[in-house]
Amino acid sequence: MSEINQDRELLERIRAGDISACDDCVRIHSHGIYRLALRLMRDPADAEDVVQETFLSAFKGIDRFDGRSGLSTWLYRIAFNAAMMRLRRRRPEFVPVDRADEQEEDLPIPEAMVDWCLLPEQELVRSEAREEMERAIGELPPKLRAVFVMRELEELSTEETAQALGLSEQAVKTRLHRARLLLRERLSSYFAAGASTNR
Amino acid sequence: MSHEGCSHLLAGLSDFLDGEASAELCAEIQKHMADCNKCRVVINTLRKTVELYHQLPQPAFPDDARERLHKTLELSGYLK
Ligand SMILES: [Zn+2]
Repeated sequence: MSEINQDRELLERIRAGDISACDDCVRIHSHGIYRLALRLMRDPADAEDVVQETFLSAFKGIDRFDGRSGLSTWLYRIAFNAAMMRLRRRRPEFVPVDRADEQEEDLPIPEAMVDWCLLPEQELVRSEAREEMERAIGELPPKLRAVFVMRELEELSTEETAQALGLSEQAVKTRLHRARLLLRERLSSYFAAGASTNR
Repeated sequence: MSHEGCSHLLAGLSDFLDGEASAELCAEIQKHMADCNKCRVVINTLRKTVELYHQLPQPAFPDDARERLHKTLELSGYLK
């Protein structure tokens, strides 16, 4: 069954009060929602709270879901909002309200020019390098991080990500590009440092 | 990325890597890469960055958290 039909069927069953449908919904969607929450909150216990809140408010508000987006897109949206609410409560200064003019912000100009692609593959995928990548993702500004995680790690389309975050598709693309450039910069410094100490 | 041509191409690099750039832009970037070492490095390392994060292990929702979620949903009447 295609994802869309699966979503639609699930939605109808949940609305009809079919308890096993809620169970199926949790089974299918909890991993993705958890991963998004984990990368936004950077804490497993907080991420778990976000997952709980997401499914509770989704089932409670299922009649308000208009079905224009997919069920998973809608769940990601609820999870994102729940996570942002918690982050704002925790540290208001780190979650700035979106500015309308952000598209005009300059892209980060690449500075690191080390061609670390030449490093042996085992250097690139060792666990320390992966930890550095996770840290770099965790330190992306939250508004870039949400786009990055949905598009690149959860593999939502540009359109789905835009729907989930209430952004234009162009804004999704620009944010993703910014996130990639920032990650490239971080990894370049990391691998450049490693390459010089190894020699 | 100092001279004019480099910064001008910067915005299109993700489209280029994702195969979503127009034929014109592709040609422009490829031509530029042939004689700009800096942009070649940027594009190659950007491509590699994308490749590396796609290989990151994907954490699963832990079993104990799933049990607690079930309890919560049960108490609220959404699960039996
Ligand atoms: Zn150049």
